Amino acid sequence: MDPYLIEAIINGILLGGVLALLALGLNLIFGVIDVVWIAYADIVMCGMYVIYFLYVEYGIPLPLTCLMAIASIAALGVVVHLLIIAPVLNSAPINQLLATGGLLFFLQSFATLLFGTDFRNIGVRLPVLEIATLYISFSRLIAFAVGLIGAVALYLFLKRTYIGTAIRAIAQDREIVGLMGVDQRRIYLVTSAIGGALAGLAACLLALQYDVHPHIGNTFGPVIFMICVLGGLGNMIGGFIASFIISQIIAIGGYYANTELSYVLAFTFFIVLMFVRPRGIFAR
Amino acid sequence: MTVSRIAMLVGLVILIALPAVVPPYFLHLLIQILLWAFIYTAWALMGRFGFVSFGHGAFMGVGAYVPALLWTYYDVTPWIGIPLGIAFSMLLALVIGYPCFRLRVVGHYFALVTLALSQVVLLSLVAARDITGGSLGFTQKAVGHSWYALQFPEKSYFYGISIVVWLIGLYVWQRIDRSINREALEAISEDEDAAAAIGIDVLREKLRVTVISAALTALGGAIYAQYMMYLNPETVSGIAVSLQIVFAVIAGGVYSMLGPTVGSLLTLSLTEGLRVWFGTNFIGAANTIYGILLILCIIFMPQGIVGALKGLRFRLQHTKVAAPAE
Repeated sequence: MDPYLIEAIINGILLGGVLALLALGLNLIFGVIDVVWIAYADIVMCGMYVIYFLYVEYGIPLPLTCLMAIASIAALGVVVHLLIIAPVLNSAPINQLLATGGLLFFLQSFATLLFGTDFRNIGVRLPVLEIATLYISFSRLIAFAVGLIGAVALYLFLKRTYIGTAIRAIAQDREIVGLMGVDQRRIYLVTSAIGGALAGLAACLLALQYDVHPHIGNTFGPVIFMICVLGGLGNMIGGFIASFIISQIIAIGGYYANTELSYVLAFTFFIVLMFVRPRGIFAR
Repeated sequence: MTVSRIAMLVGLVILIALPAVVPPYFLHLLIQILLWAFIYTAWALMGRFGFVSFGHGAFMGVGAYVPALLWTYYDVTPWIGIPLGIAFSMLLALVIGYPCFRLRVVGHYFALVTLALSQVVLLSLVAARDITGGSLGFTQKAVGHSWYALQFPEKSYFYGISIVVWLIGLYVWQRIDRSINREALEAISEDEDAAAAIGIDVLREKLRVTVISAALTALGGAIYAQYMMYLNPETVSGIAVSLQIVFAVIAGGVYSMLGPTVGSLLTLSLTEGLRVWFGTNFIGAANTIYGILLILCIIFMPQGIVGALKGLRFRLQHTKVAAPAE
């Protein structure tokens, strides 16, 4: 087989790891709070700016920067929940979608206002691994590994801890859980914070590979939605598998044609699958 | 009723007489307001029944690019190109709408499927960069003043054209508003199963309003392309345009005839005003304020500005009637 094709497939798998992490965060929020955060990718963009400024402008060591980014984006998640989501919790779903869409507009243009449209890079160059004739970028490998670790950690948190159990319970039945003595509002805040933290973690991984600019959310935001819907909104395992399907379509499509057409292919695949399995691939 | 009709006529006469008095810059702004108002009205035809489409960027993109490409590369007059673009856009609406409505893809899921459609059209336009110029866009072949090419260097011609299409949009809105189909569509938006049970052909009603909406949006895109002459995938298709359409309508009010027009007037004057006020040093300022306003609108005025004013008038009248009874 052509080594470039193998490289494309491997890169697809590695991209899938980061997408899976993002899909997990979005799915968690949807499953628990029942609101689609259309601005999720733009919250990741905020995290990338935090990393850029702390690391490049203030010279704080990278691991510490990443921790601070995760913490601040988790806080941003809570703020978003309190200011925007909480007031529309009982509105029509479409109004909730539009409110977070307004947030998308706001974050993108506010970032443009503050930082301009320049592409900024944190300038960390990690080595490229050379296995036989294949070249694999180390930063993608890290992103993939950390993405998987994050997913497993989230799974263990949801399965093993009290709050995790409460979160899963609320996703199953929000009326009864209140009667069991669970404070719904607190769980919503915790969920928003975890969703934010996952976005912050994804920001750390993406900052190693991509330049930061105000509209970077548009590059992978729509893709994350397709993944979540394909896997079934709120279905975390489905979203996890769907990330790898979509990332393979993008990677292999990019090998045979070009990047735009590979995305066209991914979106078309999504539309067709919505007709075949309207509630996601793994719907029962 | 007669008073409001006279007011409407007077308003229309003033609107038609405006080019004689206002400077070209304001005329340019007015043309854009009217064209977008037309597109927003077209979206509201569906949006008012809760069929929230994020795919209108796709219809607009097709409507804009088909005649422009045909004219620039094959010398086909827009008089043929525009109907072709509209037809293609209607076909697209059918191809997406039929399975969606047949398989009950509604709410979030409908919004996301149509969102994917806008991305498909946007990325296809960028991918076909040999003829469309990709993200850099392309400029149509210019021939000066010509009815054949539908190109006019004078703004007043396009001003006239945009008033006509805007009135067409309002007319279609009113026709649907006064038809029996509106009742059917309202029933469908309340409860599809119940609507089907009382004999409404759900699929047909939804498909019809979607195709009409797509056709008008494509026409709006085509006129916009003829006026601007320069086309860029990002400004006529994709998620950004789709969201812009949805938000302006929500801000103005989706349930009243003039709501989308008010939305267009407000958003464009806000954008232009802030742009002039802040200058180009603060590129994002206008949209930042715009974003905040949208969030506030959805939280506090889900009915839109026209809807909120109507509610206020209703309350005022209500208290006036109620007062003597006490």
